[in-house]
Amino acid sequence: MARVTFRADRCKGCGLCTTVCPKKIVIMDTETINEKGFHPATVIEMEKCIGCAMCATICPDCVIKVER
Amino acid sequence: METVFDRPHALSDVVTNFCPGCTHGIITRLVAEVLDELGMEGKAVGVAPVGCSVMAYNFYECDMQEAAHGRAPAVATGIKRVHPENLVFTYQGDGDLAAIGTAETVHAAARSENITIIFVNNAIYGMTGGQMAPTSLVGQVTQTTPYGRKVEDQGYPIRMSEMLSTLEGSAYIERVAVDSVPNIRKAKAAIKKAFQCQLDKKGFSLVEVLSTCPTNWGKSPEEALDWLRENMMPQYPLGVYCDKLSKEGE
Ligand SMILES: Cc1ncc(C[n+]2csc(CCOP(=O)(O)OP(=O)(O)O)c2C)c(N)n1
Ligand code: SF4
Ligand code: SF4
Ligand code: SF4
Ligand SMILES: [Mg+2]
Repeated sequence: MARVTFRADRCKGCGLCTTVCPKKIVIMDTETINEKGFHPATVIEMEKCIGCAMCATICPDCVIKVER
Repeated sequence: METVFDRPHALSDVVTNFCPGCTHGIITRLVAEVLDELGMEGKAVGVAPVGCSVMAYNFYECDMQEAAHGRAPAVATGIKRVHPENLVFTYQGDGDLAAIGTAETVHAAARSENITIIFVNNAIYGMTGGQMAPTSLVGQVTQTTPYGRKVEDQGYPIRMSEMLSTLEGSAYIERVAVDSVPNIRKAKAAIKKAFQCQLDKKGFSLVEVLSTCPTNWGKSPEEALDWLRENMMPQYPLGVYCDKLSKEGE
C-alpha cells in the first residue's frame, strides 16, 4: 500500500509528474484552479500507486510527499 | 506507513521564483537533499549568484551570502579560507559562471580552492529574458541571435567542464543532467561526491548540471526536456571529467 499527497496550493501546473508515473495515475485536475491560478496535479486510483516516488523526484516544486 | 519522499530539511519551506517546470527547482532541491544526507546542518555556507537563482539565499536553511554577478567563486574562496571547517558551495548559472565570471571560475580551479560549484547550464541567460550565453548552441535562436547563433559572429559554445578538467587544481568535475528520473538520481550522486571531495580536502570540485529554461526556449516543460536531450547532450556529453578521489586510491 502506498500513498501520495499533493500540496495543491504549491503546484505550478507544469505537468512533469504526469509524464513519469509508471502507473499513469497522476493527472492535471482541470476542474480545479489553485490560488496561483494553475490547474494542480492530483492522483486518481490511489490504490494503484506503488510508492516509487518518480513523480516526486521530477517535481521542481516539492509538491508531492510519498509514503509506503 | 513510512515516508519515502518529502521536502528535504535543508530546503526552506518557501515558494521559489522559478517558472513552472523549470529544472532549477529540481537542482535546488538535490543540493538540499545532499546537505541533509551528509549531516551538514549548521556546517554549510552557500553563495548565491545573479541569475534566476539569485534568490537562492532564501531557499536554504544554511547560511547564505549573495555575490555580485559572476563573483561567487571569489566570495566562496574568502569564506572557505576564513572558515575551513565549513562546507562552502556556490550555485551559479552559465551566464554567471561562463561569461561575466569566467576569470573567477578558472582561477578558483587553478588555485585548487577547496570549494564546490554547482553549475547550472541552461544554454541561455534566463533571468534577463533569454539572451545568448557563451554556452548557447550553434544555431540556437535567442533574443540576441534571432536568426540562430552563428559561428562567424558569436563563435563556439564553451565546454566548461572539459576546459576546467585540464587544470591540475581541479579535483572532481562531472557533468550530469536532470531530464529524467534516473539522471536526477545520478545528478544527486555527483553532487554528493563533489561535497565529499571538499570534506576530504581534495580541492576544487564542480558539478555541471544540464538544465531547462522552458520560458525562454519557448517550449513546454516536457518539450524542454526533449530539447535538452536532443540538442544539449550531444554538445555537452555527460560524464566524469576529472576525479582525483578515485585516482589517488584509498
Ligand atoms: C554586473 C552585471 N551585469 C549584468 C547583469 C544582468 N544580468 C542579470 S542575470 C544575467 C545572466 C543570467 O544568466 P545565467 O547566469 O545563465 O542564469 P539563469 O538565469 O539562466 O539561471 C545578467 C547578464 C547584472 N545583474 N549585473
Ligand atoms: S509514487 Fe509512483 S506510482 Fe505513485 S503516483 Fe507517484 S509515480 Fe505514480
Ligand atoms: S511536477 Fe510538481 S509542480 Fe509540476 S504539475 Fe506535478 S506536482 Fe505540480
Ligand atoms: S526564466 Fe528560464 S531559467 Fe529562469 S526560472 Fe524561468 S524557466 Fe527557469
Ligand atoms: Mg543560464
